[in-house]
Amino acid sequence: MSETPHEKVARLAKLRRDGGVLRDYQAPRWDEPFIMEQGAPGERGILVPLAEDDVTAAVGEAASYIPAGMSRAAAPELPEMAQYQVLRHYLRYSQMTLGMDLGSDISEGTCTMKYSPKMHEELIRGHKAADVHPWQDEDTMQGLLEIVYNTGQYLKSISGMDAFTLQPGGGSHAVFTNACVMRRYFEAKGELDQRSEMITTIFSHPCDAATPMVAGFKVITVMPDENGYPDLEAFKAAVSEKTVGCMITNPEDTGIYNPQIDKYVEVLHDAGALAFTDQANANGILGFARARDAGFDACHFNLHKTFSSPHSCEGPATGAYLCTDELAEYLPVPVVTKVGDKYHLDYDRPESIGRVRGFLGNWMGVIRAYAWIRNMGPEGLKEVAEISVLNNNYLDNLLMAVKGVSRPYAEGHRRLDQVRYSLEQLKEDTGVGTEALRDRMVDFGIQSFWMSHHPWVVPEPFTPEPCETYSKDDLDEWAAVIKKGSDEAYADAQFVLDAPHAQPIDQMRRTEAMEDPKEWAFTWRAYKKRILKQK
Amino acid sequence: MAGKPFIHPYIPNAAPATKQAMLDELGLSSVEDIYAEIPERLRFKGTLDIPPAILAERDLRRHVQGLLDQNTSCVDFLNFCGAGCWQHHVPSIVDEVINRAEFVSAYCGGDYSDLGKYLTRFEFNSMLGELLDYDAVANPIYDWGDVAGRSFRMARRITGRDKVLVASHMSPMRLMEARTLCQPEAMANSTKIRFYEWDRETGMVDPDDLRAKLDDSFAAVYWESPGYLGTIEANGAEIVKIAHEHGALAIAGVDPITLGVLAPPGALGADIACGDIQGLGMHMHAGGGCSGFIAFKDDDPVFAQECPLELYTVTETATPGQYAVGEALAERTSYGARDQGKDWVGTASGLWTIAAAVYMAVMGPQGFKELGETCIARSHYAAKLLGEIPGVQIKLSPSFFKEFVVDFDGTGKTVAEINKKLLGHQIFGGKDLSAEFPELGQSALYCVTEYYDQADIETLAAAVKEVTA
Repeated sequence: MSETPHEKVARLAKLRRDGGVLRDYQAPRWDEPFIMEQGAPGERGILVPLAEDDVTAAVGEAASYIPAGMSRAAAPELPEMAQYQVLRHYLRYSQMTLGMDLGSDISEGTCTMKYSPKMHEELIRGHKAADVHPWQDEDTMQGLLEIVYNTGQYLKSISGMDAFTLQPGGGSHAVFTNACVMRRYFEAKGELDQRSEMITTIFSHPCDAATPMVAGFKVITVMPDENGYPDLEAFKAAVSEKTVGCMITNPEDTGIYNPQIDKYVEVLHDAGALAFTDQANANGILGFARARDAGFDACHFNLHKTFSSPHSCEGPATGAYLCTDELAEYLPVPVVTKVGDKYHLDYDRPESIGRVRGFLGNWMGVIRAYAWIRNMGPEGLKEVAEISVLNNNYLDNLLMAVKGVSRPYAEGHRRLDQVRYSLEQLKEDTGVGTEALRDRMVDFGIQSFWMSHHPWVVPEPFTPEPCETYSKDDLDEWAAVIKKGSDEAYADAQFVLDAPHAQPIDQMRRTEAMEDPKEWAFTWRAYKKRILKQK
Repeated sequence: MAGKPFIHPYIPNAAPATKQAMLDELGLSSVEDIYAEIPERLRFKGTLDIPPAILAERDLRRHVQGLLDQNTSCVDFLNFCGAGCWQHHVPSIVDEVINRAEFVSAYCGGDYSDLGKYLTRFEFNSMLGELLDYDAVANPIYDWGDVAGRSFRMARRITGRDKVLVASHMSPMRLMEARTLCQPEAMANSTKIRFYEWDRETGMVDPDDLRAKLDDSFAAVYWESPGYLGTIEANGAEIVKIAHEHGALAIAGVDPITLGVLAPPGALGADIACGDIQGLGMHMHAGGGCSGFIAFKDDDPVFAQECPLELYTVTETATPGQYAVGEALAERTSYGARDQGKDWVGTASGLWTIAAAVYMAVMGPQGFKELGETCIARSHYAAKLLGEIPGVQIKLSPSFFKEFVVDFDGTGKTVAEINKKLLGHQIFGGKDLSAEFPELGQSALYCVTEYYDQADIETLAAAVKEVTA
C-alpha cells in the first residue's frame, strides 16, 4: 500500500529526529548589538510627568534645592532610544533565553524546576498585590496577611514545626536566618563563648557552609562514607561542647535518603547542640517524611522550588524558615500572627535576631505557594512527591543504560527526587566530560544540565531532577539527548568538544577575562576603556 | 468532587496507564517500593493539616483573588509613604518584558542556552554603572540593608580593620539588617558599628563629629544620600576626603533614581556604593520589589576580589565581533569556595535587574533628569502646602529630593492618629518616625514622587488640614 501524505511526514520527521525523539533544533540567533550601542541623541523611550506651572511658580527651580557641588555635572551615558526599539531589543534577548517554559528543565537538578501555573502570575500582577506599600496600616492588608499566615500554617504541618517566618528573600537567606537564630539561642543561654562550630556535610548546599561562616562560626564539613552517607563516625567525632549545631540536607544532592538521619540529630542533642535540615529540595518527601519527626529543631523550604513559585532568572525568591517553639522567640521581626479574626505584624519580640531583610519579605512567592498548596490539597501534595520519585527512577533506568554514565554510591538503593551521576568513564574513554556534554545537549532544545556544586566529590558530575511536571515523553527525550551526546562522543569527540553548534552564539573565547584584572570588564564603559582601546 | 478520581493538570504521569507502564518498566508494584528507602520510624503516617484541594482553576482564582481584594492598594488610595520603598510609575514596557515566559521561568541555565538573560544582566550592570559613575556593578542581592552590611564586611576584608563608622540617622531598618550580618560584638570576627552625629536642624551629617570619631582603626565611613530622612547630603565629597585621610574606605548608600540630577557617588570619590534598585521599574509588592546593589570603581582588583556578589564580564566568542557574558572570579563566591568564600550568594532578585535594565533604557539621560526635577518640584510643593497648615511644620533642610519630615507636634495629635484619620480620606500618610527618631517628636516622613500630580497633592493638603484641625 502506498504511503499516505501523513505517513510520509511522520517517516521523514522520524528520520530527522535520528530515529527517536530528538529535535532538529536551532536556537534563535538575533546577532543583536548591546543596547549601549543603539539609539541616537534625542530619542526618548518614555516621557515622564513634568511639574505643573503652578507648582513651579510656587516652589521655583528644582536645581535651587540641590546643595552646592551635589548637582550632576555630566549626564549619564544611557541609551537614547525610542520605545519600540527598546522593546524589540529585550524581546530578542528573551527569545535567546531558553527558560523552563520552553526548554526541559529536568536538567536543573537541585532546583526543582516545576511548572509555575500562569493563573498565579495574574494574581500577583494585579494592583491588590503589586501596588501595596509595606508600611501600610495592617488593617489595609488583611488579605495578604491571611495568605501569609495560612501558608505558614500549611508549612508547619508539612514540616511538623511550630513556628515560621517568610521574611527571607531566598533559600540561602533562610539558611542564613537559621545560623542567626541558633547564634541568638546560644547568646541568650550565655553559651556563645563556648559554642563556635557548625557542622555540615559536603553534599549539602554551599550555603549550609557559607552562611554559618558569615554568622561568625567555624564550619566543619563531614565527608561521605563509602555508601555516600555522611560518615557517622566522623560526624560524631566532629561534635563536641563547642558545637552550635548542624546544617545538613537529606536526601543530599545524591538523592540518597539517609535512613539513620535521626541518629545524627541525637548525637547533636546529646551534646546540647541544635539540628537544622536544609529542605530546599523537599519535593520527594512531601507528606512522606517530616523534619520534626527525625528530631530536627528547624528547617527551611524554597517556595520557588517545591512550592511552584517561578525562578525568574534567579529571583525574587522566598525562603520559608520553620522552627520549634523553643526557637520561635528568636525569629526575625515582624512575625505574622492571628488574634481572633485579625492578622497582625508583631514587632514586640525582644529576643528576636532583628531582621534579615527589610520590610516584610517577597510575598509574591507566598501568594503563588499559597495558591499552589490550596490547589493540591493534602493528597495532591503526596501525589507530587510520589510522581517525582517515580519519574526520577524511570529516568535513572534509561540513563544507566547510556554508555559512559555511572551512578556512584549506595548500590542497590533507590534515589528519591534526584540523582548525581558521573561521566568519568565517558571522559576517560573519549575526552568528553561533563562540561562538554552540557554545552552540546543545548543544541537539542534541552536546558544544559546542572553539574554539581563545588567541590566535585563525584567526578564529571551531572544532576537531573525530573519532578512531577514532566511527562513520560519528556523523560524519554531527555535520556535520548544524553545518549546522543554519548554516542557522538564515542564516534567523533571533537564535534562535541567544539559545541555548541545550534545556539545564539558560538563557543566562548577570551576566557582570561574571567580571572585577569586587565581583561575583565564588568560594564560596557569598562570594556570601551580597557579592551576596545587596546584593539 | 470529593472522592472522584482526577488527573491533576500539572502532573501528567499521574494518568493511571502511564504510571503503570513506568512501574512495569522498573519492575515495581508501587511507588511504595521506592519509599521503602525511608525507614518506618521516620515515615509520616498522618494526614497533612491542609484544607481539601480547590481543584478547578476558576474556583481557585475566585478564592485567592477574594483574599487579595481585602487589601487596599496604592492604586485604590493616594499614597504618600516611601521610607525605603517608593511608588514611582512603572512603564508598561517594563512589565511586558519581565512577564515574558522565558524570563519568568528561567533559572541558572548555561552561558549559551540562557544567553539573553546574561546579556540583559550585563546591560543592567553597564547602565547602572553609568548612573553611579562606576566601572563595576555586581549582581544585586536581597535589598539595601543587606548590601549595606555586606559593604561593611567587604571593607573589613579589604582594609583588615574591624570597625565601620556610620552616620547615625541611617535608616533604622537597614541598620538592623546590617547588624545581623556584622555579628554580635563579642564574636571574634564581628564587624563593629560605631556612629557619628548628624545635625538635628539640617539633617546633614556633622563633619566635625566625623573628624572627632574617626581614626586609623576604621575600615570605612558610611553615609546615605538622600538619607533616610530625605535630605540630600551636602558633605559627600568632604566625607570621602576625611575617610581617606585615615585610610578608611568611603561607602555611599544611594537611591539611584535621584542620579539624573544629583552627583553620582563615583564622581564624589566614594570607593563603594550600595543601594536599592526598587524605584527603577519595580512595583512595591509590599517591599518585595526591593533589590540591593554593590558598585565600585575597579581601579584596584582587590575590590572585585573581595566583592561578595557575582561579577559578570563581557567576553567574546570564536566568531569575531560576537559577544558573550561570563562570570568572573567565580571561585571566590560561596558556590566556588563554600565557607572559604566571600559571604554568600543565592537566588535573590534576577528578574528585578531585567526590569531595571528596561527602565534605564527607556528613561535615558533626559528621562532621569526630568523625573528628578519633577520629584523635587512636587515634593516641595507638598511640603509648602503642608507647612502652611496650622500646627504643622516642615523639619530639616529644604535640600530634599522626594521625601521630607513633617512635624505634627503643634497640632496636639499623634502621627498614628492622623494616619488613621487620613485612611478615611483614602490617603496613606507618611511613615511614622516617632519611635525611630523620638527627637523629632510626632513627625512623619512624607514621600511625593512623579506618580502624584498637583491635584493629588492639594487633596492631601486639604485632608491633612481637616484631620489636624
